[in-house]
This record gives sequence, C-alpha cells and structure tokens, in this order.
Amino acid sequence: MKTLRSRIIPVLLLSDGGLYKTCKFKKPQYLGDPLNAVRIFNEKKVDELTILDISASRNKNNINYSLLSRMASETRMPLCYGGGVSTINDFTALIGLGIEKISLNTSLFTNPSLISEASSRHGRQSVVASIDVVEPTLLHPSYRVFNYIKRTSRPISLTDHLKDIVSLGVGEVLVQSVTRDGTQTGYDRKLITLLKKQLTIPFTIAGGASSFQEITQLSLEHCPIGLGAGSVFVFKGKYKAVLLQYPHTPLNR
Amino acid sequence: MSIGIIDYGLGNLKAFESIFSSLGIDSHFCTSAYDLNASTKLILPGVGSFDWAVTRLREQAYLDRLSSLVLESGIPILGVCVGMQIMTSSSEEGSLTGLSWIPGTFSEFKFPPSSNSPLPHLGWNSVVSHNTPFLSISNDYFYFLHSFHFVPDDPMIYDNLCISNYQYDFISAYQYNNIYGVQFHPEKSHHAGLRLLQSFSSL
Repeated sequence: MKTLRSRIIPVLLLSDGGLYKTCKFKKPQYLGDPLNAVRIFNEKKVDELTILDISASRNKNNINYSLLSRMASETRMPLCYGGGVSTINDFTALIGLGIEKISLNTSLFTNPSLISEASSRHGRQSVVASIDVVEPTLLHPSYRVFNYIKRTSRPISLTDHLKDIVSLGVGEVLVQSVTRDGTQTGYDRKLITLLKKQLTIPFTIAGGASSFQEITQLSLEHCPIGLGAGSVFVFKGKYKAVLLQYPHTPLNR
Repeated sequence: MSIGIIDYGLGNLKAFESIFSSLGIDSHFCTSAYDLNASTKLILPGVGSFDWAVTRLREQAYLDRLSSLVLESGIPILGVCVGMQIMTSSSEEGSLTGLSWIPGTFSEFKFPPSSNSPLPHLGWNSVVSHNTPFLSISNDYFYFLHSFHFVPDDPMIYDNLCISNYQYDFISAYQYNNIYGVQFHPEKSHHAGLRLLQSFSSL
C-alpha cells in the first residue's frame, strides 16, 4: 500500500507586488509577475506552493490581499502564505481567502500568543513557523536564528526556538538556510538530521537545492519531508534565464 | 440545479465555488434554510477542530432543516475533512457529540516514538477505493492535512469505503446511502479532486 509522499514545494518571494529571487537573503532579482508564476505552477501540478512577502513586515505589515485572493482562487493545491502576519485578524482574513497555511516569522517573537490563538481558532495545521537560520561557523558553532528585517542574528539558538514554538502549538515548521539561499550548492544535510531528530511535527527545509536529482533523492531518503526551493524552479542554465520548472512526480506525470 | 456549499464559518468555501464554476456547475453558499432548500446537493466543508466545528454548526438556525434534507429527503451531501468528522458521533480530538448521522468515531494516529511519521498527517497520499470506484476514484493521490482518522462502528454497513496508509491502513472516505465523507481535500488535490467533485455533482 502506497503511503505519504514527500512534498516538493516552490517557495516564491514577493516584494512590493513583484516576484523576486534572493541570494543569501540579499540582492533581490526581479523575476516577473507573481500571479502568472502561480498559474504556471498550478498547471504543473506542484504539491504545494509557498508565497513569502519579504516586503510586508517592512511596509508596516501591508498584506496584499487582492493578489493573494486571486492566487488562492486559481490554485488547485494548498497554498502557504507568510509576510507581515501579526494579528489574529490578519490570520483569519487570509484563511478566509482560501489559503490553507499561514506562516509566521517575526510574529513568533513579537506576538507569540498569536500561535495559540490561531491554532485554537483555525486548527494547528494552519499555523506554520518560519525560521531563517545561519549555518554554524568557527566563531559560532551552532545554528543561529536570523532576523531578516534587521539582518542580524537573534539571541536564541535554533533548538531552543524550535522547543518554544512547538510548545505554543504550531503545526509545521519551515526552515530556510540563509547561508545556502540562492547558491544551489546543495541542501544542508546536517540541518535535515537536526530537524528530524528534534521534531515530531512536519517540517520543510529550504535553501541550496542544487538540482531535481538532489530533490528526488532526498524526498525518498527522508520521506516524508518537505523540500522547498526557489532557484532550481525558476532559473535555467549558466546565465540564470528565468524559466519556471518542476520535476515530474506521480501526481503530474 | 445548484450545489449548496454550507457556510457555518469554517472551511474553504471559495475553493469549492471556484472549482464548480470552472466545471460549469452552479453553486451557492448556504446560510439559511432557504439556501439549503435551493440545493440539489450539499457540500459540508471544514477545517479546524472537531469541537469548534460542531459548536459553529449547532449555532446555525438551519441545522434542523439540514438534518431533515439529508436524513429524510436523501439529498446527497459530501463532508470534507472536519465536515466528514462532525457528521459522525464523536472524536478523540474533542468532547462534544457530532451530528451522529454516521455511526463511528475519530481516533488519533498513534505511532511508536521511533517511527519517522510526523503528525499531523500532511501531504499527498494514496487513496484506494475498497470495491467499486468512489466518486470516480479507484486509486489516486489526494492532499491530506489531519491528525484524526475515522473508525467505523461496523465497517460492513457502508456502501463504500476508501483506504489510505500512514504507518497503518486507515479509512480515508466513507459512503453511507446519500452521505459521503472524505478526509482529504478534493478542492486542493488537482485533477483527482476535480474528478471527484465533478462525479459528486453528477450523482
């Protein structure tokens, strides 16, 4: 009997209404129209789609409801949205648009009670904790949590932060490697091992995916796991031409 | 003919409306007995917890009319995820009693700590119909997002069942006369979901 498959998830970055791709969370490169991208991925029958608005928290939590509403109505697979979600009203409004999962990042620190409030109202499966991490170095030998707005490390370790948010009631975790973002040098295997060991809730790892082959191999080796990626789904070739792609899966064959 | 999508404050109503519209099928939201009466078939959506869903549905003035249409008039109804759950008697997730239209309860997935099977059960999983195709589905992938699964009082009474597997086999859909329940989200399961909803609307 076949069982639960790993999820392969394009992670798309919004900034001021446009679609962008970053490298190590810097140098946003404009890709094009986000609604069009969402339509194309829907046609490619992707497992899920994650949309992160990296400008929203900076723009006083200005969530682009009209764009998201259109995205939600045109997609036949689950959507996860994150960016500027700071109150239960934001959360509820987004769920009402037809978005399955809402990702919280900054709010995990500025309004942690939002997790339990959203969990009890909408179910914990709708609450995703998004955590950006910096890989260990000689000077800092453990994973550090990154504040993408201030561009600094937060004074908490990854493992402690994970403990906190799980106890508050999140249903899923999205961990993005700042170090590997946009580099296509391969996923952080040590990070996968750490997350598998510590978490009993589902997680998605993103940052560094080098090829479809790597994604397929990891999806089988660590099944079930969520594998998020950006560059490998939006760029083609040495000169990084913008071309939206997605691997063949039993779903879209 | 118009499909009534029951609005009791939960669930992805817009997704269903959008799908039916793309299939050229009329649908409308139901917030009153009048809306229910205008429905040739019904969808009971739901996301969130069992008790929350039961509470919200019991608050609706149209509940008696809904029960009558389903249990007496035999209007086909499709319960999705929590919608499927609240049509039964109870769930380990909560303390309230469901609609009890379907004999059975919901149990939590229980795995040994060493198993690499995170909860909630989240993602695309296989759905296999037990005997004849279930709303056109024999063996397809659908999107799941839940922690509790159906345990019937007596599996023999059902007209059809679907099985899925997550560490062990469990029932992912039931049909009892005109009452259909699916644990997964057909409104978010690409072509398989579209086929299932089209099949339901063609009953």
